[in-house]
Amino acid sequence: MQAGLSDTIFALASGQGRAAVAIIRISGAQAGGLVAALCGDCPAPRRATVRLLRDAAGTVLDQALVLWFPAPRSYTGEDAAELQVHGGAAVIEAVLLELARRGGRPAEPGEFTRRAVLNGRMDLLAAEAVADLIDAETSFQREQALAQMRGALGAVYAGWTERLLRLLAQQEALIDFPDEDLPDTVTAAMRTDMAQIRAEMARHLDDDGRGERLRTGLVFAISGPPNVGKSTLINALCQREVAIVSPVPGTTRDVLEARLDLAGIPVTLLDTAGLREATDPVEAEGIRRARARVESADLVVALTDDPGACGAAPEDPRVLRVRTKGDLMADPADGILTVSAQNGTGLQHLLSELERVAVRLAAPRGTPALSRARHRAAVQDAMACLDSAAAATLPEICGEELRLAVQALGRITGRVGVEDVLDSVFRQFCIGK
Amino acid sequence: MRDDFDVIVVGGGHAGCEAAAAAARMGARTLLLTQRLQTIGEMSCNPAIGGIGKGHLVREIDALDGLMGRAADAAGIHFKLLNRSKGPAVRGPRAQADRALYRQAIQTMLAEQQNLTILEASVEDLLLDAAGRVAGVIGHDGRRFGCGAAVLTTGTFLRGMIHIGQQSTPAGRVGEAPSVGLAHTLARLGLPLGRLKTGTPPRLDGTSIDWASVAADHGDADPEPFSTFGPGVVNRQIVCGITGTTARTHAIIRDNLHLSAVYGGQISGRGPRYCPSIEDKVVRFADRERHQIFLEPEGLEDDTVYPNGISTSLPHEVQVALVASIPGLEHARILRPGYAVEYDFVDPRSLRPSLELRAVPGLFLAGQINGTTGYEEAAAQGLMAGINAVRLCGGLEPALLDRSQAYIGVLIDDLVTQGVSEPYRMFTSRAEFRLSLRADNADLRLTALGAGWGCVAPARQRRYQAFETALQRARRRAEQERLASGTLAALDAPIRPDSGERSLIGWLEHGGVPSHVLEQVCPWLTDLPQRVLEQLRTEGLYAGYLHRQDAERRMVLREDGLALPGDIDFAQIGGLSHELQEKLSASQPTSIGAASRIQGMTPAALAAVTAYVRRRKAEHAVCFT
Repeated sequence: MQAGLSDTIFALASGQGRAAVAIIRISGAQAGGLVAALCGDCPAPRRATVRLLRDAAGTVLDQALVLWFPAPRSYTGEDAAELQVHGGAAVIEAVLLELARRGGRPAEPGEFTRRAVLNGRMDLLAAEAVADLIDAETSFQREQALAQMRGALGAVYAGWTERLLRLLAQQEALIDFPDEDLPDTVTAAMRTDMAQIRAEMARHLDDDGRGERLRTGLVFAISGPPNVGKSTLINALCQREVAIVSPVPGTTRDVLEARLDLAGIPVTLLDTAGLREATDPVEAEGIRRARARVESADLVVALTDDPGACGAAPEDPRVLRVRTKGDLMADPADGILTVSAQNGTGLQHLLSELERVAVRLAAPRGTPALSRARHRAAVQDAMACLDSAAAATLPEICGEELRLAVQALGRITGRVGVEDVLDSVFRQFCIGK
Repeated sequence: MRDDFDVIVVGGGHAGCEAAAAAARMGARTLLLTQRLQTIGEMSCNPAIGGIGKGHLVREIDALDGLMGRAADAAGIHFKLLNRSKGPAVRGPRAQADRALYRQAIQTMLAEQQNLTILEASVEDLLLDAAGRVAGVIGHDGRRFGCGAAVLTTGTFLRGMIHIGQQSTPAGRVGEAPSVGLAHTLARLGLPLGRLKTGTPPRLDGTSIDWASVAADHGDADPEPFSTFGPGVVNRQIVCGITGTTARTHAIIRDNLHLSAVYGGQISGRGPRYCPSIEDKVVRFADRERHQIFLEPEGLEDDTVYPNGISTSLPHEVQVALVASIPGLEHARILRPGYAVEYDFVDPRSLRPSLELRAVPGLFLAGQINGTTGYEEAAAQGLMAGINAVRLCGGLEPALLDRSQAYIGVLIDDLVTQGVSEPYRMFTSRAEFRLSLRADNADLRLTALGAGWGCVAPARQRRYQAFETALQRARRRAEQERLASGTLAALDAPIRPDSGERSLIGWLEHGGVPSHVLEQVCPWLTDLPQRVLEQLRTEGLYAGYLHRQDAERRMVLREDGLALPGDIDFAQIGGLSHELQEKLSASQPTSIGAASRIQGMTPAALAAVTAYVRRRKAEHAVCFT
């Protein structure tokens, strides 16, 4: 458990570097005291108010817009304040220093959101979504994070939990009230319900990890024999120099990455080392790593510069065959996508092909998708419990499994075993959130 | 004068009898005060002991050498193990008891109990010393009795009010005066009082029932007694009847609902959801066409029949029509009308887990006064209150059972941390460690503990030891015995012959081998005492879950081990909502674990409380060094 929950914390919530405005956040029991100390008084709640900030000696540090949020109606659920100061390094440093002098403590990464969860202002799913939203690079990522923050995914789990609790209550009634001549159909109906919830969980899990893929981004590996033009193609796709392009085989030793936004989905292009037998140990290591990443890539763009390459290679949906150096050859009619980074032919076609794959793998489908391995593990646990419950011949064992299923789902939203998951969730936060 | 007795128990109901007997068993000079000697051990409501959850409590009381199980065996005339088709964890022993025999069994045990004095007196007030501790009690005639600790078990007698239709009469039970003086005393002490109600059905003349037209309800052919080491079932067993309400019954009730005490507005107290009056059932389950009624004879030599299922507070004449609308009861005569009784209870969150009032040191409360319903719940509290009253006199730490050890622990933890909003009744679903807390292993869980507390007589300790030793020996042997899957498969066990070798315990836990096959391969199993063999089977049946519950139990113990001092001012802790401050102040949890079970508790609030306590501890440490 994290120490210092009763401390009043502060942090720069806006980005580092010179800017017009910087926002400093304060939260905790002494937040009001700190604001009053710096501003001379605590402004009216939730009203933007201009104040001079001063240090203990009375020196003016800045003129700031001050917002005061008394508990519980604040981001953290505690007394909290925001100081919108001028975004220069000297101003920021002076104000932060003064807050520390007066008893505040610099916040740890994610500590504000962590307090919001602990105070019941948001559940773990929402907190994770806040982190995702901060990290979101593409439109679909933003959409997914926003939906999760606003409770779309939580509603799915809450719905299952509620139905499981209802089932559990029925099961318990059958155990504790055998004299109430409850109709026998209760158990039949229970079985149907249980099977239905299980099927919904299975569908939720059977998404090829699209929510997780969207959150972390897809990986497309460009592969092909040395000097086939992998780096040149990446450069053309990224419209900037990311790899050293040279006609000498084996120039690209390591894996090079470039990040693209393809139709709202983040995609990392991997430029792999030329896949050939190498004697140089450094190059061999580059090749080993390249192989590993190609293995786990979501798509392999297999390049060839052989005009006679056969298009009838075994169809692997994970492989997209592309012929390079199209400007050097006559247009072969074998249906293989042909590009030329030199004159730009086929590049647009290739891009839309890559977008099509990205959308197929990771675009939201309209139903809330689980976005973390943690969610997947918990839903899998719950599903296993439902399987055991369905197989149980004794009602008290069925009840126990239903209870365990509810607990598994509770771990996702943080209603159960909170402390165990909190640390893992908040480790990935940035400071000021 | 204040040393007349160590422990004084006020009330001779199920809580009071267990409290007095336990205190006396432990060697304390004990006084039991009751309004009427002859009603000691009276079953005021239904003539039955046990049931699902309740039967578990009776076995636990028995494991601590209490009275209830032995009295029910001595008086039982219709035994039934409920939930027989379900697993052993949720099977509940139940018996209908002959009312007179039950009273007699309790009164005999109390009369034979050393260190126990029983007197007939109505207690009007408490004596407190200068420090506010209980020093004794004052009887209605002004007599004073001194004591080191007192246990109040006044049942429904605290400002008891009986309602039949529009008629209301102050009474604790029909024909018995309520305790008004004590109610004033408790109010004067500033204890938070609430009001609850419960009810009872009309009693019928069994000779006027057409038994031929109702279904027969036989007890178990092989009745299972409550007490593990008692003489077993001794009485002739009787047959009960089952009938049910009709459309006409429901119409009569609906037409007269405005005359019912409960629905007419005379009663403000909350009734039990789980043992509703027939008015409640008809209103709340409007689509049910029939409600089952069990016709339970109250004794071997008694023609009174208790129609279980039609508790009511309708006027007498409506009750007559209601009863006549039921098949088999067309001509049944009502010996005594049903009624609702309303009474004061003390918010149990004002109790410590020892059942001692925080506000009045030395004063323990047990039974319905704490908001529970049921003989078994009352007896369980009485037993623990009696034990802890003696320990308090001796300057010892309280004897506590946690939720993972006993239903008694669940009961008391629920009461003192959650409080009650309706009469509290035990269910197996209240126990999260249900698969470990079985009626069949109550003595394995509790007898050694009870022996340590001094409330288990040597005779029972010896018999328990013999059983425990036999079980341990059998377990060890079953661990050592290795059986190959091939051997078992050859005997038609539905397992793969090449699935390897396991210990006998392993195969019991595996569950795939029928017990007759295992017994064929290990004939010594059949030579084991029946209880030992069943225990091995049951442990095997739940093995996977029991291991998991052990892990959970360790977690609970860790949290319960983080003690909270009793004098926390929760208003001093920053970051707690007003609602939580109030809830915490009301129940003053004694550990972080108990605090975490309070409804609406947030992780932040828990962390804030923990941090506050740690800081306070650190400050204290500085003071002392």
